[in-house]
This record gives sequence, structure tokens and C-alpha cells, in this order.
Amino acid sequence: MNIIQKVGLGLFLVSLLFFNALLFMGEFRLTEQKLREVTSEQHYEVLRQELQPMLNKNYGSSFSFVMDFESSLDNYNQRQEESEQWDRVIWDDYTFAATKVASEGLVAQNKLLLLLLTVGLGVLGALLNILPKYRDEPTGIKHNGVMFSSNKSRGIIGITLGVYLIGIYVLLYWFPAYIVNWTLLVDPLSRILSGGPASQWFLYGTIYTLAILVMGVRMFRKYRGNKYQLLRTSSVMFFQLSFAFLIPEILVLLNKPWHDFKNIWPLDYTFFYNYRVEGMLSSGSIGMLMFVSGILLIILGVPLLTYFYGKRWYCSWVCGCGGLAETAGDPYRHLSDKSLNAWLVERWMVHGVLVFAVVMTGVTIVNYFSGFALLGQWTNTLHEWYGFLIGAAFAGVVGVGFYPLMGNRVWCRFGCPLAAYLGIVQRFKSRFRITTNGGQCISCGNCSTYCEMGIDVRWYAQRGQNIVRASCVGCGVCASVCPRGVLKLENGPEQGRISDIPILTGNESINVLS
Amino acid sequence: MKEAKPIGEFCIRSKARHVVIIGNGISGVTCARHLRKRDSSSRITIVSGETQHFFSRTALMYIYMGHMKYEHTKPYEDWFWEKNRLDLVQDWVTSIDFEQKRLAFNNREPLKYDILVLALGSKSNLFDWPGQDLQGVQGLYSYQDLQSMEVNTRGCQRAVVVGGGLIGIEMAEMLRSRDIPVTFLVREQAFWDNVLPLEEAQLVGRHIREHHIDLRLGAELERILDDGTGNVKAVVTKDGEEIPCQFVGLTVGVSPNIDLVRNTRLEISKGILVDEHFATNIPNVFAIGDCVEYRTPPPMRRPVEQVWYTGRMHGETLAHNLAHEPVPYKPGPWFNSAKFLDIEYQTYGLVPSKWEEPVGSFYWEHPAGKKCLRLLFDNSTRQLLGVNIFGMRLRHELFDEALRSNTAVEEVLEQLHKANFDPEFYDRHYAEILQKFNQQFGTNLQLRREKKQKSLWAYFGF
Ligand SMILES: Cc1cc2nc3c(=O)[nH]c(=O)nc-3n(C[C@H](O)[C@H](O)[C@H](O)COP(=O)(O)OP(=O)(O)OC[C@H]3O[C@@H](n4cnc5c(N)ncnc54)[C@H](O)[C@@H]3O)c2cc1C
Ligand code: SF4
Ligand code: SF4
Repeated sequence: MNIIQKVGLGLFLVSLLFFNALLFMGEFRLTEQKLREVTSEQHYEVLRQELQPMLNKNYGSSFSFVMDFESSLDNYNQRQEESEQWDRVIWDDYTFAATKVASEGLVAQNKLLLLLLTVGLGVLGALLNILPKYRDEPTGIKHNGVMFSSNKSRGIIGITLGVYLIGIYVLLYWFPAYIVNWTLLVDPLSRILSGGPASQWFLYGTIYTLAILVMGVRMFRKYRGNKYQLLRTSSVMFFQLSFAFLIPEILVLLNKPWHDFKNIWPLDYTFFYNYRVEGMLSSGSIGMLMFVSGILLIILGVPLLTYFYGKRWYCSWVCGCGGLAETAGDPYRHLSDKSLNAWLVERWMVHGVLVFAVVMTGVTIVNYFSGFALLGQWTNTLHEWYGFLIGAAFAGVVGVGFYPLMGNRVWCRFGCPLAAYLGIVQRFKSRFRITTNGGQCISCGNCSTYCEMGIDVRWYAQRGQNIVRASCVGCGVCASVCPRGVLKLENGPEQGRISDIPILTGNESINVLS
Repeated sequence: MKEAKPIGEFCIRSKARHVVIIGNGISGVTCARHLRKRDSSSRITIVSGETQHFFSRTALMYIYMGHMKYEHTKPYEDWFWEKNRLDLVQDWVTSIDFEQKRLAFNNREPLKYDILVLALGSKSNLFDWPGQDLQGVQGLYSYQDLQSMEVNTRGCQRAVVVGGGLIGIEMAEMLRSRDIPVTFLVREQAFWDNVLPLEEAQLVGRHIREHHIDLRLGAELERILDDGTGNVKAVVTKDGEEIPCQFVGLTVGVSPNIDLVRNTRLEISKGILVDEHFATNIPNVFAIGDCVEYRTPPPMRRPVEQVWYTGRMHGETLAHNLAHEPVPYKPGPWFNSAKFLDIEYQTYGLVPSKWEEPVGSFYWEHPAGKKCLRLLFDNSTRQLLGVNIFGMRLRHELFDEALRSNTAVEEVLEQLHKANFDPEFYDRHYAEILQKFNQQFGTNLQLRREKKQKSLWAYFGF
């Protein structure tokens, strides 16, 4: 590392530290006026009464504030429930909004400055560290020292990072009120884009997008000279920035529902939920476009594009989860488990989630058309469980939090129902395969080691067999790291794609079936 | 050489025969795997002192560089052996009693065999240089060598690698991956020019220097100096130059590892002498892989072949022979590949470093000097003889087919793009290559493109 890179790393770490410290800064004070801003008319009066002891009181941290706020509310709700006055129970969750308006002082007053000093500085630091990488070195992929790195090989740094990320996701999904100070930072940006204040999801989207962009630049450095990798990385950067981040916010600005056009059911598991469908259908022609394009993607886009190009067209060129995995997750790709057992678990799990998603959606639709006669509110319970188990715990906490522990594609491999759907098409009806080059494989293991999906590529390559696997996301890294040029990602005729009886070129004594 | 032997004479064929293979490298393991597939009743034991499980020797460098751990280099998971009833024994064989059909070991009890397969591999060459036994001086062949390299290069300020072959350049790359300055002594006038034609050798040489490796061509080792404590202090070249260093890698080739069978009834020369079925002079004793010397080499092959692919093919063929009617070993056209730092190299057919009439040559090099292609062909029949490719990937099957069917060089060139094996979106140079050929030989060859379907479907990739 040269001096600039060290400075960059230092800046990044300092900004990260500062960013975390922000959560403990400032004061929290709720006033009547603030309360009115975030509550509905009908609840305002009740809450004003109930929260009386809290109002105008200074809290040193969001933690004590949230604790008081929630206990007052719980108290009230419990009383109503005891006297069976169900209609007076407050079901709406005001904690996040109330905590956010309550935040005062340093963070609330210096949003832009602090945004620059934390996120801005972090990005700058990261870029300073990344851009000079491999300078004066000939092009070629270098995995030097990966296995000795504490960060990349489940050392202390890697494990700490994993725990930290898991913590962040737990806060984000279940305790957003504790991170209101972070959301305040991106308020100005949110107002510009969507006209409204920032939710924890806007904050998440911003950081997520920045992670893909910055680590995408790292990919440009690492894979310089490799056009497949460069194009693929540009593609995920583009789709994240525009389709997943900017366009949905602009839609909100135009009073349309937030919608990510490239997100496809069943990954986008809420697509057929009543509120989503109604939201789309009541939003004019743009809404109609959302609805129709969403359905066309499911029934035509996925099968057709996967037939022609394999599931890679989505998983490693378009998808947001894939986008993060391929950029921020790239340093951890070798941590995926390559064992036969892992493959067995993978098949049960990922197809299990697909079945869960399909059944849940089916029930939802039937229930809707039967006027809720069939299952009543049971679908909501189902939705909650899916949201909790799959949407939040699996996709988020495990999906990203486990990058430094189990590799960057844990979610894509074991949990994503869309990947399962794409995979079934890829396995049984597609032109995509990875071809092996005659008898040139030396069984070195680079391909298997760096396959993020845990495919034992070498198993196939050393017996001259094409790799046709449901899980392959076509990242192309196996082909990039192979020192003997044995692997090639190809679309070609279906005939002969699956070579069950492989023959290694070179030995004419016998026809060996490996 | 005799033709195919009658089955009964070739080897013991009893159902409960015990086949013992010494060596768990590619040749021994391939033989065991294929034998198990064809023969479910034999007892099969694989012996090796080096490691418990088969690992890929070719990947040793990646362990040192931190690309992989030892576990990653094992081509089969550890349960594989038991599942396929392949018994593993980790110990060194100290002697073989060919009369009693019994192996003696370093530590364990002797083991009896009915059929013995010797797959002993190679060992690094040494040329009696003064000081070659000092601490910090070593070759690179075994897993143990890798472990000592790990120890020997700790705190190393400068290293010298002697010998410009494939293992030498790998060692130089390994050391550079840990930022250790490397001086690379190569006796020849260009890198590996006893195998590569001059242009290719120079291309690789430039690339070596680009990696900040101090490549000394025409430099020979004279002796290695002791620092007084039994460690290496410096090397002295034949020109009298003294190069201070704390590590010396000796990579001046390998030779068959046959010390175990020296001075026994087994006939050896450079390697263990085998016939075309891999049978030695002793019944029921066979040899495959690096340790083998053909009594009569297959056409256009050298008597000792020490590469991964030949070891694999030996194993495949012998396994067949032990289970069925023996067939002679018949390798197809030669092929090989390597990677010189960042530049990949593939070769199909025979491209020697020098040639003479009636052999003709065509050479194309990319202006950036990191990719090239050479075709050798017969000037009169036009038949393709061999190809070298650097920095590009070409399909093995197509060249295998072209070489076997004596295809003319022009024909191959017109279809070169079909052999393309580079990743998608990579620059293609087939038109440039063809143009250069046309200029040089006054021909008017065109790339034979397949007719594009003019339908809408064509746009989707049909
Ligand atoms: C660093 C390096 C890089 C290479 N790269 C390439 C490459 O890129 N391409 C290529 O084609 N080839 C390459 N080779 C050569 C290739 O690895 C060998 O040709 C091949 O491994 C030989 O296989 P084998 O089965 O004949 O013997 P080996 O793999 O050497 O196996 C022989 C085994 O027998 C064991 N053994 C020997 N004697 C005894 C005994 N008395 N008791 C018990 N066990 C014993 C040894 O310990 C060893 O484990 C490379 C070699 C090295 C060292
Ligand atoms: S097999 Fe290759 S292309 Fe497919 S996911 Fe694994 S590394 Fe990527
Ligand atoms: S990286 Fe290439 S040579 Fe190594 S095992 Fe995989 S396919 Fe074979």
C-alpha cells in the first residue's frame, strides 16, 4: 500500500467511526408541535395525553427516549386491551417518526455537513484506497494473500465485520428508531429526490447504492483488462443507481407508488399483495406499466432471456442483491462452501423458499378474489412470517451480514426464490453452459475456490464435462481465474449441452468416460 | 515391441486380488479411480508418504501465494476415498520385495500385493553445485518442499532462482507475490529457448522483466556461499559475480524418482522401463506417470514425459488394461499449457524451438507484445504440424481434430475464429492474423463466417 492508499484507508476508518458515533450524539426532545407533525389527527390527542410526562423533556440518547416512548404507548394499549376497547388501540408504529423529529442538536442542525464528514469522507477514503491499486502492475487478476488476510479469511477482522453488519441489519429491520440520526443525514437528499423526509429505507438505499458504486470501481481495478467483468460490473452499477435508487424516488415525487421496475416476483414478494396491486392500478398509465411489465417479466422475460443467456442476465448483470454481492461481496467470494453436502442443503432450501413464496402468493390472490372469505386475515399472518423470515432475516441479516463468514451469495444460493425459478429454467431449458477446453485442466482448484455459488467447477472441468448447474450465476470468475484457459461461458445450441458422458481429449488408447 | 498380450498373461485376474499403487499423484489416483469403476471386487490400496490425500501438485504455487489453501487443492473431498473403497496408506515405502510381493514401510507393518503399480513421480534435479545442501537452498516439487520454502523465505531480503523452466518462473512469481526481490538466473540466451522459438521466448522474457524480476540471461550458477552458520549467503555465477541472497531456488528440471527401485530386479534406465502397456520386466508390476521411460516411445514422443496430462492418460490406460484386454498406449496429438505470470500459453501439436526445411512457420504478434500465435506446417503438403498461442485461448478439440486429420494450414486459418475460446467481449484478432498470413504468403484467405440468419431471431442469439 502506498501512502495515498494508507491515507484513504485511514479516512475511511475515521469516517466509519464517526458515523457510528453519530448514533450517540445530540439530544431528543418531543414537543406537542413535533408530535402533531408525525401523528394522525385522531391519535394526536390521545398521544399528547399519554406522552405528557415526556413532552419537552430532554433525553441524552435515543435509547432512553425510545424506551420511555414505547412504555407509555404499551401502557396505554394494554389498558385498552384489558377493557376490550379494541378500536382505541393504536396499532400504528410511531416510534421511528417520533424519535426522528425529536432528535435535536448536532446532527439535526448539521445534516449536510455531517453527511459529508461521514458518508462523503468514507467514499473519498475508499476511493483513495482503491484507485491506486495495482498501479504499475501488468493486467491480470491477483488473488495474492487472500488466504492470509484476516478480513477475507474469517480472521478477527472478518468476523468482527460480519457481526457489525448483522447488528446494522437487526437495527435497520427491527429497531430503526435507534438509527434516526443516520436517516437525518440523508434527509436533504431525500427531499430533493422524492420530496419527503428520509425513512430508514432511503438511508439503506443510499448506502447500498454507494457500496455498489465504490466497490464497483474496485472491480474495475481488480479485473482491468477483462472485458466481461468490466461490462458486467458497469451493468449492475447502472441498474442499481437508476432502476433501484433514482427512479423509484422520482416516482414518489410524482405521487406514484415506489417501484423498482427490475425487481421481479418472487424476489419482489409483495408484488401481488393487495396494497401493491391497488397502488399500481390506481396510478394511471405509469401504474399500469408497472403492473404489466412486472407480469410480463415473470411469465415471458425470465424464461426467454434465461433460455438465451442463462440466469446470468439477471443475477450478475441486473439484480440489486447480485449487484452488491458482485461488488462489495467480491472480496469474500471464496468463502462459499463447495462440499456436496452444501449442495444438497442448497437444493432443499432454495426450492423450499420458492414453494413458500408461490403458495403464499397463490393464497393471497385467491383470498383476494374470494373477498377474503377463504382465509380472512390469515394471509396477513403468512405475509408477516414471510417478511420476517425470508424478506428480513434471510435476505438481509444472513444475506449480507454473512458475507465475511459464508461468502457473498448466501442469500442468492440458499434463499432467493427468483434464483430458484431462474435456475430451473437454466438447468432444463437454456442455451447457456460453461464449456471446458478438451483435456487442458490441471485440477488446480482455482475455479472451484473462487466460485461464489459454491459450485465445484473443477469436478466437471477435470473430466471434460460442461458445467450446467441451476445455481451458476454466470459471473465468469471461474473462467477468469483459470490459469490454463479451460473454461468458457457460452450460449449455444441446446444439443450436446449436457454432456453426461464426457470424453477428455488427448488419449486415443481407449474411449475413457471420466 | 510385441503386439497386444493375451489377457491371461498380462496380470493376475483373481476376484480378490490386491492392487497396490505407490504414489497418490495424478497418475496413481487416475488409475485407481478408473480401475474401481471397471472392477468392483479388487482390493485397491494407494500408498504415499507425501500427503494423506491426493492434491494437485500443479497448484503448489497458489498455496504459497495465498490464492488457495492446501484443502482447496484436493480434487476430491475426503469422503470420496472410503466411498469408493480406495484404501489410503500414508507412509514411505522403504523397499520392495518382488519375490514375496511385499512392501516394507518406514513405520507400519509390511503390506502384500498381487499387483503393484509404481507411480512414483519425479524429483528435482541437482548438479552437485558446491553449497547446494545449505539451509535456504531447495527445489520445488513436493508438499514438503513447499513447507520448507515457507520457512526458508521468512525474512528473506533477496532470492535467486536458478534455471529457466516452468517451475523456475513459477517460483519467481511466488516470491514476487510476497514482494521478495528475485534474481532469475537462466543459462540460455532467451527464456526457455530450448523449448520456445525465439520470438515467444523473448515475449515471455519481456513480461518477466515487466514484473520487476531481475532476469539474467546467459547466466550460470557456479557455487553457493555459506554465511558461516550453514545458511546461504550468496551465489556466485560463472562470470564471477556474487549475488547476495538468503534463498536459492534450484529449478533445473526434474527426473524420475526411482531411488526406491535402484539396484533391484526391476529394469530401469532414466526411468522405470515399460512397454506399451505399462508393464515392467517383472510380471504383475507396472509403472505410470513421471517415473516412466518408454522402451519404445509412441510416435513423435520423447521417452520420458513428465506432465500432468500424460500421467493422467497413463492412469486411464493402465486401469483399462488391468480390467480388460490390454490395449497399447496411444496418445493423441501432443498438447500442453502453462501460464507465464499473467500470460497464458497453450500449445497443440509439435512446435520445437528450431526447425528446418520442409517445415515452414507463420508468426503473428499483437502490437502490444503480449499475445502471439505461431503455426508450423509442412511447406510441401501444407499440413499443420503445431501451434503456439500466447495470451489467447483456442479450443483443444478443434486443433486435435485438425492435427489428426492432417488439415492444411490455410484451412485451419480460415476457420481460426471457430476455435476461439476467449471470454465473451474480448478483442478478436483472427482477421488481423489472416491478413498477415495473406501478406506473407501472397494468399487471399478469408475468414469463413457462418451465414447469419436474417430473421429477427438472429438478434436474440439463435
Ligand atoms: C510446481 C510444479 C508445477 C507443475 N505444473 C505443471 C503444469 O502446469 N502442467 C503440467 O502438465 N504439469 C505440471 N507439473 C508436473 C506434474 O505435476 C507432474 O507431471 C505430475 O504431478 C506427475 O504425476 P505423477 O502421478 O506421475 O507423480 P507425483 O504427482 O509426483 O506423485 C508421486 C507420489 O508418489 C509418492 N512416492 C514416491 N516414492 C514413494 C515412496 N517410496 N513411498 C511412498 N510414496 C512415494 C510421492 O511422494 C508422490 O506423492 C508441475 C510440477 C510441479 C512440481
Ligand atoms: S460456475 Fe463460474 S460463472 Fe458460474 S457462478 Fe461459479 S464462478 Fe460464476
Ligand atoms: S481453474 Fe482451470 S485448470 Fe484449475 S481446476 Fe479449474 S478448470 Fe482446471
